[in-house]
Amino acid sequence: MTNYDAIVVGGGHNGLVAACYLAKAGLKTVVVEKNDWVGGAAVSRSLYPGFTYSNCSYVASLLRPEIMRELELPKHGLQILPYEGGAVFTQDGDYLAMYRDHDANRREFARFSKRDAENYDRYSRDVLKHCRFIRPLLLRTPPDPTSFKPRDLQELAFLGKQLFNLPEHEIYDMIRFWTMSISDFLDEYFENPVIKAYLAVSAIIGTALGPMSPGSAYVLLHHYMGDVDGNIGAWGYARGGMGSISKALTDSFKSFGGEVRTGSGVEKILVRNGRTTGVVLANGDEINGSLVVSNMDVKRTFLKHVDEKDLPPDFVKRVSKFKIRGSSGKVNIALDGLPKFKALPKDSPCIRGDLHFTDSIERMEKAYDDWKAGHFSHDPFLDMMIPTTIDPTMTPPGKHFMSCFVQYAPPKIEGREWTDKDRNAFGQTVLDQIEGYAPGFKKLVLHAEVRTPRELEAEVGLTEGNIFQGELTFDQLLFNRPVPGYAQYRSPIEGLWMCGSSTHPGGGVMGAPGRNAAAEIVRSLGKNKVTGEAYGVL
Amino acid sequence: MVSCDAIVIGGGINGLAAAGKLAASGAKVTLLEASDRVGGMCDVGHLCYGLDDRLEKSLKLSDHGLAWLSTNLPSTALSETGKHLVMQGAWGETLAGDVSAADQAAWQTLRTTLLKNASVLAPFKSMTAPRLSRDHGAPVWKLLGQGLKIRGMGKDALREFMRLMLINVADVLEDELSDDRLKGLLAFDAVLGHFAGPRSPNSLLSLYNRISNSVAGQQAALALPRGGMPAISKAMEAALNARGVTIKTNAAARHIGIEADRARSVTLHSGERLQAKLIVSALHPQTTLMSLVGAPQLDTGFVRRTQNIRSRGTTSMLRLSLKDHPDFRGADLKSRLVIAASVRAVEDAFNAVKYQAFSAEPVMECLVPTAFEPTGKHELTALVQFAPHDLKMGWAKGKPAYLKGIMQQLERYAPGIGKLVLQANLQTPAEIATRFGSPGGQWHHAELSVEQMFFLRPAIGLAQYETPFAGLYLASAAMHPGGGVTGTAGWNAATQAVKSMGAT
Repeated sequence: MTNYDAIVVGGGHNGLVAACYLAKAGLKTVVVEKNDWVGGAAVSRSLYPGFTYSNCSYVASLLRPEIMRELELPKHGLQILPYEGGAVFTQDGDYLAMYRDHDANRREFARFSKRDAENYDRYSRDVLKHCRFIRPLLLRTPPDPTSFKPRDLQELAFLGKQLFNLPEHEIYDMIRFWTMSISDFLDEYFENPVIKAYLAVSAIIGTALGPMSPGSAYVLLHHYMGDVDGNIGAWGYARGGMGSISKALTDSFKSFGGEVRTGSGVEKILVRNGRTTGVVLANGDEINGSLVVSNMDVKRTFLKHVDEKDLPPDFVKRVSKFKIRGSSGKVNIALDGLPKFKALPKDSPCIRGDLHFTDSIERMEKAYDDWKAGHFSHDPFLDMMIPTTIDPTMTPPGKHFMSCFVQYAPPKIEGREWTDKDRNAFGQTVLDQIEGYAPGFKKLVLHAEVRTPRELEAEVGLTEGNIFQGELTFDQLLFNRPVPGYAQYRSPIEGLWMCGSSTHPGGGVMGAPGRNAAAEIVRSLGKNKVTGEAYGVL
Repeated sequence: MVSCDAIVIGGGINGLAAAGKLAASGAKVTLLEASDRVGGMCDVGHLCYGLDDRLEKSLKLSDHGLAWLSTNLPSTALSETGKHLVMQGAWGETLAGDVSAADQAAWQTLRTTLLKNASVLAPFKSMTAPRLSRDHGAPVWKLLGQGLKIRGMGKDALREFMRLMLINVADVLEDELSDDRLKGLLAFDAVLGHFAGPRSPNSLLSLYNRISNSVAGQQAALALPRGGMPAISKAMEAALNARGVTIKTNAAARHIGIEADRARSVTLHSGERLQAKLIVSALHPQTTLMSLVGAPQLDTGFVRRTQNIRSRGTTSMLRLSLKDHPDFRGADLKSRLVIAASVRAVEDAFNAVKYQAFSAEPVMECLVPTAFEPTGKHELTALVQFAPHDLKMGWAKGKPAYLKGIMQQLERYAPGIGKLVLQANLQTPAEIATRFGSPGGQWHHAELSVEQMFFLRPAIGLAQYETPFAGLYLASAAMHPGGGVTGTAGWNAATQAVKSMGAT
């Protein structure tokens, strides 16, 4: 039996971030992880000889710059390579190219619609405005609007002030944007279906919403509010795969004296007299600690690893109602060479970015209709990347790794579990779609890993395979996330905290929930229990 | 040239309400109606889901012939096998029809929560939406005052209130209830008249909107006036006549004359010109601003915002003349008969309209008016969803196909009804749009979605019933708090106009 100050359950990126800050604050901290590797959904796996797969998350942008700096992640080897370009292939054999350069984009838009090209300036300006507003809120604990505690009132007043500092019409613009569907929002700027389809992508990735569902515009923001080296909205590849982020976090954690135990799944979180005393591992080992910080999603934490009798019934009810429906799958492919897309000119830079085949919002929405009916999409939406066009470290020379994020895939097929047959059919749909635009593609496939929500749940531990650990709809955002009354990383059990993406501000490889949770924990301990430096930073 | 204090354009429920309010405050009012009678879109409804209390009382509508056959009409969730579920009393005080004890209890809890949450929102409807600006502090304080009242509902209730605020109705129903008939009925009620399915976020708010209304003091009422819906506009007309309002029918407005940023006159299609200090338009804001005033009078951003008002109608009205009363497998014909088998059925029906197609298996609420007031004839009316105004295949070809689909759906629930039909009259959103001059044929003129609600309704800069022109006010259902035959938007607009005009 060992004693720690803090036990972090789950070595996903948020768990590691929280662990780093706790260790940095001088707490004796251990991370226990059920898999034999850490990283959760930010991993680099070798699944085919010589190839490194980012087999869950596949691009980086949202990781907060504060975290990079404070945990010295670049020093621990993390490098984000910004990527340029992207394309939407259209059914008529053309393609819409995308560049990081705003003016290049506008020229490309003009090829499809002059009017849209003109409106692109206004669109970019408006979206950036919404991003700028929300970015500073990510690293703040949401206030409880029902509370009269000075800290909550102060934070509410702060938010009110932020809002009312804006010009009047911008306040309205913002509220409209938060509640609208991306389809309606884009209709206010653009007329061309391909341009709209390209811009709608970020509004549906990871959610169980379609582009015509109200609230999807907010999800767009969730994907736009990141940056690469200060370039807001930019995305990049983590050199060596997404696992490099987890590796840098682990190294940082160890440099603060932290300890990682892999292959140590937690069976139960121990509670005595309303406070936690530690955890019991699947192998029966007991680890003691007065702080347990769960990186697992809220459903897994409280419905599977805590005794129901130790929780208030009302809380259990609310947690059961938390919506965490998976909507996506992943096909990871080792390629013998670079596929040739019919539409793309030779050496086009577009192949280094995100490639899509869905050329209208209607097709995206129809893919969502399949999900609603309990099927995977027959004509799925793909967000496809070939990171090895920029990062050669992931494969042998001349070979490539391709990551296909696929939407939509339901957690269950018409109410029943996925079977291997379903999974193969799902994978085949994806390969067929790509082959249609890049003849000969299938012959290049050396190995393909197909992951449905079932695999994501079994391996990564994401309930129902939801990549955000809970849907990003207003009933589950801010002070509602994960459940009303417990949005400040605390749980009803003293000493048991939450730090996963189920908490504010939600999913993506952002690290904000982990950092915010650590900040709340450190604050609750008081100045005397932690090193002064950490208290000041958080 | 005729001159009066105030001109109201449009004789729908909101135009009538606005005229009534203006007349009550002592103005000499002329009301212009394009068609040959007042009432507008209230005649394509068949039930009243709410009528503004202020209007009913101030105009003494009961003295002018308005009487309610029922303000608590039961609703029957029809079943294909005849095992119907009936919501009885005020919005389902009791449930009949083989409902499990667990569902009975769960429904009572849910009903209480929803009615309470909705009633908290009701006071917002009768106010002018505040402006969110430091320079307009007073209305914001009013908002805060309401906020504090909401705070008074207690911590747990408030938390649940905030969680449910923008949730989709399907999740709430699936979380709390298990009976598909009940869930289908409630899902249908939440999306009736809207461009939304039960899975669309924010759809619970639509249900709140509906059940926050009341008729004759009865919250969430389902009311049937004696003589059908035209009785409401008839009573309004009589009340206005009694108050000296001049009602001109067949008087379509063509142009609103603006001089020095002030609305001065209205010119009719006949060429006649009327002058007034105050002009209140109950036409769709796009019609008022873009056609009657004209885009050249407005700045670019304003034009863009006005053009971006979304008004997609989804509801059609079916009228069947029948040889005999239909038989919905034994369902009580003196109730509202709803065909919406499950949440999924409503959502599937909605899917089509996203792609400018109509539902293959539409959902609908039917009423047999002749069961309430026998006339010797037999009639069935139905509000049917979903169909777009801009059908991709075109309505010329689409209408017979849609009608066929609707009749097939009816046949499943009322076998043999097809053989009873003497005459079928279907009004699609496209026809409703043309007939009433409301773009999209949308019930609420502008869709009642969150981004077009309250201080965002119908568009940024238009939410206070005022326009960029002094003396020109908007009173259509596109204004806060939206349509339905409540008259609230018109009443609020006139109230605001009187207040602002008084101040200048």
